[in-house]
Amino acid sequence: MSLELDSPRTVEVSQRGLTARQAIADRVFRIGLVAATLTFVILIAGLFAELVHGSWESLVAFGPKFLWSSEWNPVTNHFGALPFIYGTVVSSAIAILVAGVVGIAAAVFLAEFAPPAVARPISFFIELLAAVPSVVFGLWGLFVLAPFLGSTVDPFIQRYLGFLPMFSGGIYGIGLLTAGLLLALMIVPTVAAIARDLIQAVPNELREASISLGATRWETVVHVVLPSARAGIVGACVLALGRALGETIAATMVIGNRPAISASLFAPSYTLSSVIANEFTEATSSLYLSALLELGLILFVISFIVNGCARILMWSMLRSQGRRP
Amino acid sequence: MIADSRLAPRRRLGGTAGILLTGFCSALAAGLLIVILGYVAIQGWGAINPAFVTQLPHPVGVPDGGVGNGIVGTIIIVAIAAVIAVPIGVLTGLYLAVYGRGLSAELIRFLAEVLSGVPSIAIGLFAYTICVKPFAHFSAFSASFAFAVLMLPLMIRTSEEAIRGVPTSIREGALALGLPDYGGVVHVVLPAARPLIVTGLLLAIARVTGETAPLLFTAFGSQFWELNPANPMAVLALQIFTYAISPYDDWHRQAWGGALLLILAVLVLNVGARLALGRHGKKS
Repeated sequence: MSLELDSPRTVEVSQRGLTARQAIADRVFRIGLVAATLTFVILIAGLFAELVHGSWESLVAFGPKFLWSSEWNPVTNHFGALPFIYGTVVSSAIAILVAGVVGIAAAVFLAEFAPPAVARPISFFIELLAAVPSVVFGLWGLFVLAPFLGSTVDPFIQRYLGFLPMFSGGIYGIGLLTAGLLLALMIVPTVAAIARDLIQAVPNELREASISLGATRWETVVHVVLPSARAGIVGACVLALGRALGETIAATMVIGNRPAISASLFAPSYTLSSVIANEFTEATSSLYLSALLELGLILFVISFIVNGCARILMWSMLRSQGRRP
Repeated sequence: MIADSRLAPRRRLGGTAGILLTGFCSALAAGLLIVILGYVAIQGWGAINPAFVTQLPHPVGVPDGGVGNGIVGTIIIVAIAAVIAVPIGVLTGLYLAVYGRGLSAELIRFLAEVLSGVPSIAIGLFAYTICVKPFAHFSAFSASFAFAVLMLPLMIRTSEEAIRGVPTSIREGALALGLPDYGGVVHVVLPAARPLIVTGLLLAIARVTGETAPLLFTAFGSQFWELNPANPMAVLALQIFTYAISPYDDWHRQAWGGALLLILAVLVLNVGARLALGRHGKKS
């Protein structure tokens, strides 16, 4: 993947033929490059260090219990992250289930079956969907999706599946399910675009071999193409999951913002990012502020791990294909 | 191919059903964009008039009023962010493209990829602890700082790719003519890579223009014409959020109007970036 470029032999060049001024300029130039790169690395290190530093008071006060305590009470200064972790995980899980199925199916169609005249505009639309700002998704979710689900879809599901705890309880329109579906909309383009590229990267010889053995094109996709792109597609889904976990504004607008754990997907909930968005500027005590920063730290660590895994999965797939003779 | 009559009907049916199903999913994903865009356009169109884009927000119940200060604030904050992100991003990309071999370069690429997935709200918290807390008041500059960090991964990646795309022979030619290292890069490589770098910059600007979460505790918002980046400033995306979650119908109407403006700006930037890319691709 990475091209081996000949790097110019700066030292030798400056020993030969360059004037002293040019040699100095050359050196300044290289120092500038290294300085910019170091600035970038320091920024990332600083990001982590500042989040740890800011949440230190809460880290000391609550220790690891912060992760599984479900009390969030600014009045008594007791803080626990469990309701927010629950809301984040469940809404993101709904999102990735829906977006994974739809996105991979769309990617298969675009890469394998659609003629270019169809695939190009559809790809263009899906990529533009990724560019829609999350506050616009949130606005649409709040005034269109949530009322629609609350008045039509949710009651329908409850009538037939209401005996399941996940579909029981009051229906408000806003809640975990609405947030999950809205997040799914937002991450479908990520899954579809990356999976499409990865499917296209599968060597054609594999398809030809499969078809020559008598498989149909559909069977080729299901039994040959998708398995050989599996690691990368899983990586794309993990990457999209990372986006859903950290998405703030859209989730804040439709999840209902109530720090309670309920088995029902119709119930209002709260995510890590939306509690920070709602309460950060109103935090009165320094412990409160510190607890909110610790939620940010949790979010940062989760997203770092999730994204790191996704990149490694996708790189490993492209590497292994690049080396295939 | 699939319609071959010698195939067992079940296999043929499975193939057709599969293609229909996957086709439906792609139509669904693409159709959603049209549904959302259409809805925002219909709802937002009625709210947009000259007063809406030029006036200050009015209190609830006072007619007219607009998001003029938010539009100006967005431009100022994004411009400062670009001024911070461009040199760091382009120089880091240059470093990776020219000298970037070995473990440390791979690590920096990996960090850039991972940073692009860090939630914007976490970056907003970082900007808060660095640029707001020490000065004890919110400022537009802190928002620019957060936006710059958000722009960096994209700037670094597109710059590296743009510079790698310039044939090595061109740089070697510059060196052979006696140009020093920096001369070859500054006068030969960067001009050749510029269209792609500009495309990356436009995409990065489009990304942060719609960003809202970090603004909540950096730019904070303002009711006035605020031009000083050291003070809290109104931002369009933040105004949409505030209006949307308010209980007033008139503010909801303004939120749709703002959303239409924002979506138009972001789409124009995206389509512009793609067009610039397409033209460049054809030329080379």
